[in-house]
Amino acid sequence: MVKIRVPVLFVGTKHRIAEHPAACQVSTPVVGVLGRNTLDLVSRLGEFALFVIASFRGAIGSRRLPRRIVRAFYEQGALCLPVILIVGIFTGLVLGLQGYYVLSRFGSEGLLGALVSLSLVREMAPVLAALMIVGQAGSALAAELGIQRNSEQIVALETMGIDSHGYLVSPRLLAALVVFPLQTALFVAIGLYGGSLSGSVLLGVDPGIYWSAVERAVEMADVRECFIKAATFGLLTISICSYYGYNAHRCSTATGARAVSASTTRAVVLSSIVVLAVDYAITSFLV
Amino acid sequence: MATPLLQVSGLRKSFGSQEVLSGINLEVQRGQVFTILGPSGAGKSVFLKCLGGVVHQDAGEVRFDGKLLSASNPASLADFRHRCSFLFQSNALFDSLTALENVALPLEQTTDLSNREIRQQAMEALKQLEIDTFAGRYPGQMSGGMQKRLALARAIVTKPELVFFDEPTAGLDPLRRNAVFAMIARYQRQLAFTALVVTHDVPEALVTSDRVALLEGGQLRFDGTPAEFSSSTLPVVTGFRDSVEALGNTLAALQTSPK
Repeated sequence: MVKIRVPVLFVGTKHRIAEHPAACQVSTPVVGVLGRNTLDLVSRLGEFALFVIASFRGAIGSRRLPRRIVRAFYEQGALCLPVILIVGIFTGLVLGLQGYYVLSRFGSEGLLGALVSLSLVREMAPVLAALMIVGQAGSALAAELGIQRNSEQIVALETMGIDSHGYLVSPRLLAALVVFPLQTALFVAIGLYGGSLSGSVLLGVDPGIYWSAVERAVEMADVRECFIKAATFGLLTISICSYYGYNAHRCSTATGARAVSASTTRAVVLSSIVVLAVDYAITSFLV
Repeated sequence: MATPLLQVSGLRKSFGSQEVLSGINLEVQRGQVFTILGPSGAGKSVFLKCLGGVVHQDAGEVRFDGKLLSASNPASLADFRHRCSFLFQSNALFDSLTALENVALPLEQTTDLSNREIRQQAMEALKQLEIDTFAGRYPGQMSGGMQKRLALARAIVTKPELVFFDEPTAGLDPLRRNAVFAMIARYQRQLAFTALVVTHDVPEALVTSDRVALLEGGQLRFDGTPAEFSSSTLPVVTGFRDSVEALGNTLAALQTSPK
């Protein structure tokens, strides 16, 4: 008898691996698994879209929203600032170092500022800043909402007549649209300084040449692309983290604390993948 | 006869192939303490959540003050939620908010009161429950009994007409259990709300309730006064009463038996 193993197509479904006794019986189960997984994916995407719409709509009637937005600024901004500054400076230092050794082969050390600034502004700053905020604030958000779901706090809000999307998710989403670009700008600034540290202070490139190359290289279109990416990543990642936390009881087969941990892990992993995939999409669209 | 405050007819709810509620009919009169008794897993909490609009029923009607509650009529649901509140088994307090902020939350989010009025009313509710001295504390810094009182303060701060109590004494020792039932009875009389309590604590429920019902196997098997429940000869009622007594006897026997 021929046994054929059908691999996992979509994590999260119960159809992990199916073994079939004969090749002639395989086509129908394969189509079935494919179909179920496709429907599951489409249904989840639709649910996610409705969740995001409900969250933005919830902001309209939500009372005392500014106070909660300020708190979200603090969570995504102030609390993430140290990690943004540390990663930013090291990224700039490494870019300066690597860029110098590559450019010096062609005698073009004077272009170091252009290389560091364009790398940071166009790609590295929005992507790395988003990944750092997801790691710090996104994971905390998913876990917090998951625990609130587990301890019936979200249900309690609904029974009090309070829109839980508007109360819990809207301020975070609105804050992300501002905080992600701001953090990215800080990442760029500290990264440029890191590049000048390794390029000028350690390797002897003239600071004036470095900073004038930065000024000449970066155009308004680059800055616009940087901010568009940052705001898009903010919207997507905070939506994903909120969605997984809010639906912690449904996003995994586990329950209780394990459901919170599983949904938090998924939120962070999926957000990171989405940042990289959307970065490619935006870059190919805008360049 | 006056229109019942809450009227339930033919309520059904299934989870997959398992039918949890199979056609419940019930009427709760204004000002009553109505207790639904039943063993664990009988569907009491699901029933309460269906009434509270937290879980959607598969079939049946729920009327509040004569008005049909339906998802297609958001105004009726909004009015219902404005006039009702819910006390959860787990209290469902926000652990990142202080006691005062927890109580102020429904006022902040559902009314147009000024900050001063909200604070004043929240403090008043805390005072009524005698926990105003803990206004600045977080729920995690309070004892189980105080958390229960804090949850009740949050439930009554909007001056609801109907309060749902989901297993208010779950996990509490007998002394605290009595205290919670006494608290419900006391504030129900003082604030004149209607209470719908779900519990499996028979003796306490019989003392504090105006009416009791027995939910078993997804159906209401009994609906009457506490006196009628105590004297009922219905097998399902006697069976439930006996099982509670049997537990007491078993525990007493364990305590008196030599080690």
